[in-house]
Amino acid sequence: MLELYDTALSSRLLLGTARYPSPAVLTAAVRAARAQVVTVSLRRESAGERAGQGFWSLVRELGVRVLPNTAGCHSVKEALTTAHMAREVFATPWIKLEVIGEDDTLQPDVFGLVEAARILCAEGFQVFPYTTEDLVVAERLLEAGCRVLMPWGAPIGSGRGLNNLYGLRALRAHFPDVPLIIDAGLGVPSHAAQALELGFDAVLINTAVAQARDPVQMAAAFAQAVEAGAVACAAGPIEARDLASPSTPVIGTAFRG
Amino acid sequence: MRIQVNGSWREVPSAALAAALSDLGYGDALVTTALNGEFVASEARVRTLLADGDRLEILAPMQGG
Repeated sequence: MLELYDTALSSRLLLGTARYPSPAVLTAAVRAARAQVVTVSLRRESAGERAGQGFWSLVRELGVRVLPNTAGCHSVKEALTTAHMAREVFATPWIKLEVIGEDDTLQPDVFGLVEAARILCAEGFQVFPYTTEDLVVAERLLEAGCRVLMPWGAPIGSGRGLNNLYGLRALRAHFPDVPLIIDAGLGVPSHAAQALELGFDAVLINTAVAQARDPVQMAAAFAQAVEAGAVACAAGPIEARDLASPSTPVIGTAFRG
Repeated sequence: MRIQVNGSWREVPSAALAAALSDLGYGDALVTTALNGEFVASEARVRTLLADGDRLEILAPMQGG
């Protein structure tokens, strides 16, 4: 069971809702992923098209919990205003806090992130900060009041998997009791399985599912990988070693001696 | 008065934000607003007055990652 801000979840796969070929495929993918949490955002609404109204009724029909993000925010001020607007429209204290610091990598501005997290936590938000694997930043975010961290695997949408295995393992080992969700950069289900095998609590996937040739099949594949990774982690993986170690017992081997 | 609505200049007859939203065609839509970069809660729209040159953001749920 995964616990995020006192909310118990049986699924360890969180799904983004952007970039699907159609609303119907999005709906089917969320079901195939068996996701209980989906991320959503806020954008300018046209009075004529009212695209947001249709999207919101689709999400409500899914019956899942929503995690609004502050995607696209490049300053603390923008992120705070967006968080306030999201809390009103989505009626949840949850906020996936993104403060982007660099446009090529969409790397978080960790200084702005900590500052915004401190303010939002004090205001009663339950903050899910999109961060790097940096231990000191993680410590500052926890001091600011965050009770969940979302370190990146690789730049958003890059599909590269876990870029810094050493850093991520160190983060996991350093904060054994903090729910850690790998957010961003995963490309294939094996990346997700690896994250769970390393002891991460969950993964958030968007592009890898939405932009797959068959998003619904890919959502199902990620769900299986996440489940396999979680079971494997609980089962206690062996340590990797440099030299061979025979798996078949050596005692009683024929033709010797 | 002329204000910027979601980045475009618009003529709005009403001074109160709640009435202006209705003028602009958002009457019953689920939207959230910010005026000049500051969040304006829905219950504050009736008493929030617009001024020439204001920047109004009207946002709604959208797909996100």
